[in-house]
Amino acid sequence: MTDDLIRRGLSRRGLLQTTAGLIGGSMLPAMPAFAEDKPIGTYPAGVSGSTAFIGISVPRTGTYAVQGEDELKGYQLAIEHINSGHELIKKISPKTSKGVLGKELKFGVADSAAKPNEAVQAQQRFISENKAIMITGGTSSAVAVALNKLAQREKVIFVCGISGSNDTTGKDCVRYGFRQCFYGQTAAAAIGPVLVKQFGKGKKVAYLTPDYTYGHTVTKSMQDFLATAGWTTATNQVAPLGAPDYSSYLLNVANSGAEILINVNWGHDAVLSTQQAKQFGVLDKMKLVVPYQVPFIARETGGLMQGVYAATDYWWTLEDKFPLAKLFNETFEKKYGYKPEWGAENAYISFAHWARMCEEAGSFNPPDVIKTYEKGEPLPSFVGDVHYRAEDHQCVRPVVIVRGKMTQHMKNKEDYWEVVEVVPGEGLMQKPDAFGCHLGDYT
Amino acid sequence: MISWSNLVSQLFNGLALGALLALISSGLTIIYGTLGVLNLAHGAMFMVGGYAGFVTYQYTESFILAVIAGSLFVMLLGVAMERVIIRHFYHRPHEDQLLVTFGLGICFVELVRLIFSSQSQLVPPPALFRGITNLGFMFYPTYRLAVVGIVAVALGALFIVLYRTRLGMIVRAGIEDSVMVDSLGINVYRVFMIVFGIGAMAAGFAGIVNAPVVSLTPGIGDDILVQTFVVVVIGGVGSFPGAILGGLIAGEIISVTSMFNPGYAYVMLFAVMTLVLVVRPHGLLGVQGRE
Repeated sequence: MTDDLIRRGLSRRGLLQTTAGLIGGSMLPAMPAFAEDKPIGTYPAGVSGSTAFIGISVPRTGTYAVQGEDELKGYQLAIEHINSGHELIKKISPKTSKGVLGKELKFGVADSAAKPNEAVQAQQRFISENKAIMITGGTSSAVAVALNKLAQREKVIFVCGISGSNDTTGKDCVRYGFRQCFYGQTAAAAIGPVLVKQFGKGKKVAYLTPDYTYGHTVTKSMQDFLATAGWTTATNQVAPLGAPDYSSYLLNVANSGAEILINVNWGHDAVLSTQQAKQFGVLDKMKLVVPYQVPFIARETGGLMQGVYAATDYWWTLEDKFPLAKLFNETFEKKYGYKPEWGAENAYISFAHWARMCEEAGSFNPPDVIKTYEKGEPLPSFVGDVHYRAEDHQCVRPVVIVRGKMTQHMKNKEDYWEVVEVVPGEGLMQKPDAFGCHLGDYT
Repeated sequence: MISWSNLVSQLFNGLALGALLALISSGLTIIYGTLGVLNLAHGAMFMVGGYAGFVTYQYTESFILAVIAGSLFVMLLGVAMERVIIRHFYHRPHEDQLLVTFGLGICFVELVRLIFSSQSQLVPPPALFRGITNLGFMFYPTYRLAVVGIVAVALGALFIVLYRTRLGMIVRAGIEDSVMVDSLGINVYRVFMIVFGIGAMAAGFAGIVNAPVVSLTPGIGDDILVQTFVVVVIGGVGSFPGAILGGLIAGEIISVTSMFNPGYAYVMLFAVMTLVLVVRPHGLLGVQGRE
């Protein structure tokens, strides 16, 4: 056949160039037109009908149950808005009309109980049985890290829920995972200067740290940042997730000579440890700081957050500054009867961004959607424009510093926090490779 | 962090922690010892006691009434449970008993979650016991001190019932050999019902007494149940004094270990349990041959 082509006028050089071009072309990584035809993960099987399925795993029981329920409401509202083409979703994802790329979103919910194995089992079922085109979950960085690995293995996009560990987009990052919310490093970099300004230099700190990736990395980030101002660690009390009593840890804190108590615990652990810190007189001797704010903690601790500094993703009074936040608060409150906390905010905006990425890619094909995220274009959010870094898939977004309001300053029963500062995200981020992120392959 | 003052503080705290564990465990061990049923709903009943007391407190603002209501409600719940469900499982395999009590526990937890949501609920301590007491070597929450006294009184009352009354004699005989008790003409099933009620009441009482120390959530019993089992295993299954000894040992292990390395507090607890199982498979005060 080669001889035949040459005889018909194709030069030997031309033949070599054509062959090299064909071989080279086949080695290029996933060009959209090529990848469109190649199944990957649950694509295209998961979107072959009129619907697309999302697997949601949040803790509905256990120490993070309250936060998980709030997060779930955010997901449900986002799906409802995407399917109906609500005006709020259109402001974030303008091409969304009804569903994503014309596919109605369906979803399944599993209770992870903040346990990685339960979350992975549930999501594996959603992927195998429901052909989930996207999975989400978190409210525990241990879960987020486990789902990162599952997403990369199964080649299904994972839109991370609440996860504060540096590892999620650090050493455990994956090509298929994306995180919108703030995390240990940005929390520390944002709240650190505020604390030093407020309390001065050279303070002694006691830490209450939950014993898993979230706790260890957040505490480490706080220690590293505050060391630059001469703050030292008097004691670091590491407790298991869901510890039923903190008395022995708090006695160590009380005897440590610390001036500041930084409570890294989360969920009910944060509520219980804070209440017991009050019982043991620790809060009368030390200033309390919550570097990674816990949704609902102000409601649940009955006034103990008054005057306390915290870093957070979102607080509802930001609606005075950001019109999208106002619209989100209104629609959320109308449906659920309370002001959304940051679990719901993170859930909603994460889904809205994913919908936009699919619409802009013009496909659910995972590598195409991932590459659209990686363009790093500015995306609207409830705290202004944000973008995702191509190198670690971490959203570059502001961190909100709040201080608990005194009762007499509260304008209504949900006016728990005063926004002290909205710190821009760019200056808070570590270098993309600082925490050892290697994203892995597209295919 | 290792100093004499901290050691004394932790030893004292271990005593307070252990007292509470002893109370919760005593109900579990009495039920298992007499009925042979390992009640996996015990943690849920502990939680229900807290919530029943919480509701009463909301209406009356009386802590004493809350304690009475919490205890009685769970006692009645226990009796109803025994009459309607548990008694059908006395002659069935242990696996069935575990499954049914586990299932009941889930029902209780989810029912409470449905009514109260997962958010924490607060029960303040009685006015007399609020604040902090200076013990000279440490400051300690006044209510926790009171809990040690309350638990001591409650355990004393249980001791009197078990060791100084006819009912107690029958119960202890039932723990040793229920077939023999039955053959002596004693209605052993009626005794079972009473024992289940007393055991449940101990859980409910502990639940509401513990409520001001922690904040109530539907899952609070799950966390404590594991520790309770460890206490029962260390002390000896079915042994009332064993539950007290086991509770105190567990409290001290958690408290003192946390002084050296808090991350190992629970590891040490399970390590000691394993050691006890190796050296004395029936627990420190358990008796060989007992179910």
